[in-house]
Amino acid sequence: MGVFATSATARRRHRTQKLAFVVLLGVTVLLILPVLAILGMLVYRGAPALSLEFLFSEPVRGMTAGGIWPAIVGTMWLVGVSLAISAPIGVLAAVYLNEYAGDTWYTRVIHLAIVNLAGVPSIVHALFGVGAFVLFFEFGTSILSASLTLAIMTLPVIIASTKESLSAVPMSFREACWNVGATRWQTIRHVVLPNSIAGILTGVILQVSRAAGETAPIIFTGAAVFVPFLPSSVNDQTMALSMHLFTLSTQVQNVPQEITYGTALVLVGLVVLINGVSIVIRSRIRRRRKW
Amino acid sequence: MSREEVEGAGANPGAELGTGLGPRLGRSPARQRLHRAKELLIETVIRVCGVSAVIFVFGIFYFVFREAAPLLFGGLDLGELLTSGEWYPDSDNPRYGAFALIAGTLAVTLLAMLIAVPLGLGAAIFVSEFSRGRTREILKIVIELLAAIPSVVWGFIGLVIMNPLIIDLFDTPVGLNVLNGAILLALMSVPIIVSIGEDALKAVPDTYREAAEAMGATRWQVTWRVLLPAARNGLLAAVLLGVGRAVGETMAVLMATGHSVNVPDSPLDSVRTITATIASELGETAQGSDHYRVLFVLGSLLFLITFLVNLTADLVIRGFKRR
Amino acid sequence: MVVQHPKIAFRDLKVRYGEKTALEGINLEVAKNEILGIIGPAGSGKTSLLRVLNRTLQNTPGAKVTGDVRIDGEDIHRMRDVSGLRRRIGMVAPLPVGLPMSVYDNVAFAPRMAGVTDKKVLDGVVERCLRQAALWEEVEKRLGDLGTKLSGGQQQRLTIARALSHSPEILCLDEFSIAIDPVTTMRIEEVLKELRKHMTIFLVTNLVQQARRLADRTAFLLLGELVEVGPTEEVFGRNPRDRRTFDYVHGIFG
Repeated sequence: MGVFATSATARRRHRTQKLAFVVLLGVTVLLILPVLAILGMLVYRGAPALSLEFLFSEPVRGMTAGGIWPAIVGTMWLVGVSLAISAPIGVLAAVYLNEYAGDTWYTRVIHLAIVNLAGVPSIVHALFGVGAFVLFFEFGTSILSASLTLAIMTLPVIIASTKESLSAVPMSFREACWNVGATRWQTIRHVVLPNSIAGILTGVILQVSRAAGETAPIIFTGAAVFVPFLPSSVNDQTMALSMHLFTLSTQVQNVPQEITYGTALVLVGLVVLINGVSIVIRSRIRRRRKW
Repeated sequence: MSREEVEGAGANPGAELGTGLGPRLGRSPARQRLHRAKELLIETVIRVCGVSAVIFVFGIFYFVFREAAPLLFGGLDLGELLTSGEWYPDSDNPRYGAFALIAGTLAVTLLAMLIAVPLGLGAAIFVSEFSRGRTREILKIVIELLAAIPSVVWGFIGLVIMNPLIIDLFDTPVGLNVLNGAILLALMSVPIIVSIGEDALKAVPDTYREAAEAMGATRWQVTWRVLLPAARNGLLAAVLLGVGRAVGETMAVLMATGHSVNVPDSPLDSVRTITATIASELGETAQGSDHYRVLFVLGSLLFLITFLVNLTADLVIRGFKRR
Repeated sequence: MVVQHPKIAFRDLKVRYGEKTALEGINLEVAKNEILGIIGPAGSGKTSLLRVLNRTLQNTPGAKVTGDVRIDGEDIHRMRDVSGLRRRIGMVAPLPVGLPMSVYDNVAFAPRMAGVTDKKVLDGVVERCLRQAALWEEVEKRLGDLGTKLSGGQQQRLTIARALSHSPEILCLDEFSIAIDPVTTMRIEEVLKELRKHMTIFLVTNLVQQARRLADRTAFLLLGELVEVGPTEEVFGRNPRDRRTFDYVHGIFG
């Protein structure tokens, strides 16, 4: 492929280039098409079921009729409690890694642990939740057990996102603060964290979307197929959207199609909406950077 | 030490405008001590949170292993578990041979990777090298959406969309099989492969691209001859993380692979993976029974497999970051 | 020259970054209310020397400091209150850094971190420091604007104002006039002449005239070695004690 290529080889090269472009474009489209097709299908078949009544009423007749309100409320409980646990731990863990930890074997072990926490299969998290929270700590099958399991599972999401935005704050800001006698924590509290809000928010939002969609970790730790009342404390069992979709599509006979599709649409809609918000926030705040 | 510590100095330091310095302002010694104690407390909390991930990973292993141990050291034939295909946990004379489950997991993962690796790496190359600006942003957002769809929804799609589709296309009686699960797993693993793969390509210095293009190479030649070899390790790590994701995926394969314990001969056979077995049987077992414990043994096995896959991927990534 | 009761004393100071030695065998004493000029080519360890003094160097991974540094006879590495030490020293880095907060908050930052909450006191500090840094007239009407949105020269003076806000005993100016126009530089120099009545000043500069105008003594650092320190006129004159000083000052290398 020298500079003095003949025109024949140049043409051939041009053809390969074109072919490569078309193939790669095709591959990418092949990925995007299913997403669009699936979303379209869900909307097409699920939309007829959507109504205020569907959203805000309880399932009846062995879940073959009625709505999904208890599942929505349950998902909110699970997400809220798990967020309350994982957000502070995750943000502070990221602060430790980015602001305090040096480049030592010890830090590498922590990084490895985070990678593994993210990589452990969800069903193993479920077994852990059963062994640790349900049985050992005797929280029983409850919102608390399920949320703790979800919180630990989604911790890496918050850590990664927070850490990335902390490291985007210029080192010179920290030095300027130290120079005037601000302590490490004061510097973090008053300069580093306020300027990393975008990344922290993104992490929190992704955590919410992740926790809302998970099913395996909550099946045995706190979610139930059907609970006739709304949860009133973290010690109750609860229904959840993801679990409800699983139940409707595999455990219950004769569920009208639109109820299952409607549930799936609500779950996907929720997750997509949350992700959309995170994308908007990210680009907004990036544009409004203070430096 | 000759420093004045004046709290809320009465005299306005502004009175000495121009040349002088005001008094050094600060807390009284008692309040300073309190302040220091508060900071020490916060920093201790930060340090504890810092190691939390390590504690949790150990915790996961400990609590899963703890439930598995009595059986593991009390009569379980590990050889049988790994090689026998006889999985009859409910019978009067229970047999715990998980070979079919392992084979099912391997079959689905392998086929999923056959689909996901070319698609994922292709898309990574396209996003990183052949698109720019708005197109690139939109592509990344769509791939992010792909990653956001919950696995139970994928399972649902496997049941209601893929199943009839496969029955029609391949003229088989059941569409819940290896192929169905593999396609879902492929779509679920692709986002990881794309994002890690794109990172790996981005890590190749632009000077490589410029040098090759200056010699008259086309974009594709640059990619094929320069970027791919240079990003080899990162792309390998991307594939490994995709494998890790596929091995551990639960809900989608539970719903879409047909739920039959079976060593598959063809992609159209139904199977049941390790994860699906745990998910479907744990609820039916009595806590503390052998059946219950053997599921935790399988969980420990999964933990070890994904731990090794992730460790390898991390070491490989470290390799490409260092260069 | 032996300084009686030195304000600051470095003994056998050595600084290393990993394998690389940045400063070695530094012995230097500075008198109270003295202005010490420091000259030398880039990478000679001028900035490292200042960062040893306020102990921010210890936050740089891989940096290792040995030797003895005292302020008023007290070993700074034995001080338990690092923030207290840093509040005794004002530091102005060569590159201007406006913190991402309002101009007012930039200057009020140090007193606030030290526990001052009284608005009137803070107002006083902000005005005094901005005036001393020759910035007051320009920002008086927009104290609420972001510090990062000021021009380079304004940010540099903001940095100076911030360094004065905690009423330091020692002021370290690391090439402070790089981003500032000559007129403003002169105004700040006038302020420095007044400030020296209250503090000891380190002035890292490569402007020969600036060192001549301000510094009592001048130190010449070269590749981590303190080549010579003496009265400014002697160092910049025809007969400095070391040949290398003459070569540097008269532009033969560096």
